Amino acid sequence: MKNMKTLATLGLACSIFLAACGGTEGNTSAKTSEGLSGSVAGDGSSTVAPIMEAIVEEYAQAEKDVKVSVGVSGTGGGFEKFIAGSTDFSNASRPIKDEEKAKLDEAGVDYTELKLANDGLTIVVNKENTWVDSLTVEDLAKMWAEDGTAKKWSDINPSWPAEEIVFYSPGTDSGTYDYFNEVVLGDADLVKSATLSEDDNVLVTGIKGDKNAIGFFGYAYYESNKDSLNAVLIDGVEPNAKTIESGEYTPFSRPLFVYVSNAALKEKKEVRNFMEYVIDNAGEMAKAVGYVQLPDADYEEARKTLDSVK
Amino acid sequence: MDRVLQSKINRRLTKDSAMKWLFGAVVAAVLGITFFLFYGIGADGVGRLNLSFFTNFGSRFPEKAGIKAALVGTLALMAVVIPVSMFLGLCSAIYLEEYAKKNKWTAFIEMNISNLAGVPSVVFGLLGLTVFVRALLLGNSILAAGLTMSLLILPIIIVASQEALRSVPDTLREASYGMGATKWQTIIHVILPSATGSILTGSILSFSRAIGETAPLIVLGIPVIVQFLPTGPLSTFTALPMQIYDWAKRPQPEFADAASAGIIVLMVLLITMNGFAIYFRNRSEKKLKS
Repeated sequence: MKNMKTLATLGLACSIFLAACGGTEGNTSAKTSEGLSGSVAGDGSSTVAPIMEAIVEEYAQAEKDVKVSVGVSGTGGGFEKFIAGSTDFSNASRPIKDEEKAKLDEAGVDYTELKLANDGLTIVVNKENTWVDSLTVEDLAKMWAEDGTAKKWSDINPSWPAEEIVFYSPGTDSGTYDYFNEVVLGDADLVKSATLSEDDNVLVTGIKGDKNAIGFFGYAYYESNKDSLNAVLIDGVEPNAKTIESGEYTPFSRPLFVYVSNAALKEKKEVRNFMEYVIDNAGEMAKAVGYVQLPDADYEEARKTLDSVK
Repeated sequence: MDRVLQSKINRRLTKDSAMKWLFGAVVAAVLGITFFLFYGIGADGVGRLNLSFFTNFGSRFPEKAGIKAALVGTLALMAVVIPVSMFLGLCSAIYLEEYAKKNKWTAFIEMNISNLAGVPSVVFGLLGLTVFVRALLLGNSILAAGLTMSLLILPIIIVASQEALRSVPDTLREASYGMGATKWQTIIHVILPSATGSILTGSILSFSRAIGETAPLIVLGIPVIVQFLPTGPLSTFTALPMQIYDWAKRPQPEFADAASAGIIVLMVLLITMNGFAIYFRNRSEKKLKS
């Protein structure tokens, strides 16, 4: 009989715990400036996530009763939830695709596109790779296309070693993958031999370990691994904060976006308040986590766009 | 003749000791790898394990990042998973083992349950997304995730509980009926008390699985950036495996240390639960003997 009681107690204890969870939270409802409360939900790109995390962290101090939660399902995964109507905003490391627009239309979701920051998609090679200095987008296309003409380093430049190139790329769910594909390959397929990973640290480790490796990812990952990786110049332009902000590092200086639902902006005060906070702080926070801020005028523009949704 | 026999015996003895060494070597290799993993995680993560790691939410500063939201989220998740899966699992097992007629239908159902135990957790995630998150409008709440996780471990609990019920000797049942007890009385007073130990062991081990599962949470769209504690079963939350996965993906190596510290917390949680499982088993065994 006692054993049965243990069983029951176990269940009961759990239910009490849940209730207790609710209790403790109620006490923290301190006063906030506008008395805003409610919840704001977002999802999307893991590239944008560090900026969002920084903004949410600050916002939680400013508006204690607004509960912002942000997922990191990747740009594509985020849009899927945005289309299903389960999120108020969606982070993206590439512009929205036509098919996603069509689906949003079909679902009756109106949205506003806002730019948050710039990121320099960085092409990197192993530290021991002393031959590659600068590449052109055409070179990259020859290397990265499945039916491309350059499979060995010597195919690009005869003075380079006649060794097979080893490819590392972010996974297919990431906006970084989509962006690279569109800019470099157009309609061609990415080399099938490439190692794909949703975790950029796997790419970093892979490229560190292979003299013949080449790969790409966001600038923040390069900056954290500067000592063990070489960045490839694109047409002679080095990726750094200056060239990315000015757009000189082209075509790999790419904007990071957030897409917000117009209905949520109109109906939920807390969503509007949070998005205003996002725009006002995106530049500073982007810089703090290793990205590049947009020119001030762009943020003013974004703020106007936001205000025009009524 | 003797020599032939002697050499055959020798060969068998060599084989015998060779197998002993082989098995020993396998165990040593497994332990070695495990130790290596634990050592790596421990060395990286132990420096981060201080009080503020438990009282802070996530942060853009790796040294300030904490697991408060994830730890409370995981505990809240278990608060849904444990009662729901125990209730459903135990009831199903009792019905299948004690009430259902042993015919083709029952065999068919039991076979399907065993099959479900092998279905990948992503599939359960998709089921949860369709049914709980979207159709029942629960959103990515503790309740939705808890119900999904309950379904995920339900087959294991049912199978384990059935095994436990089956291992209760029929003589006990017959003695109970002989005293004039009804079926329900027999189940509640005779069968369950002597099966509780093994039921709990099986269940707690599957709860541990629910704690560590990440794939269904990702499919359900459980967020990672969360700066608040859950307020109730319908609240949004984040969980330990999600937080660890997110930290491990960050570019800054300091976040990797935070991930290691998170893994230590998860491990301690799992070891504690498995410890409970062993405790319950030993206690019920002792009780049955006396």
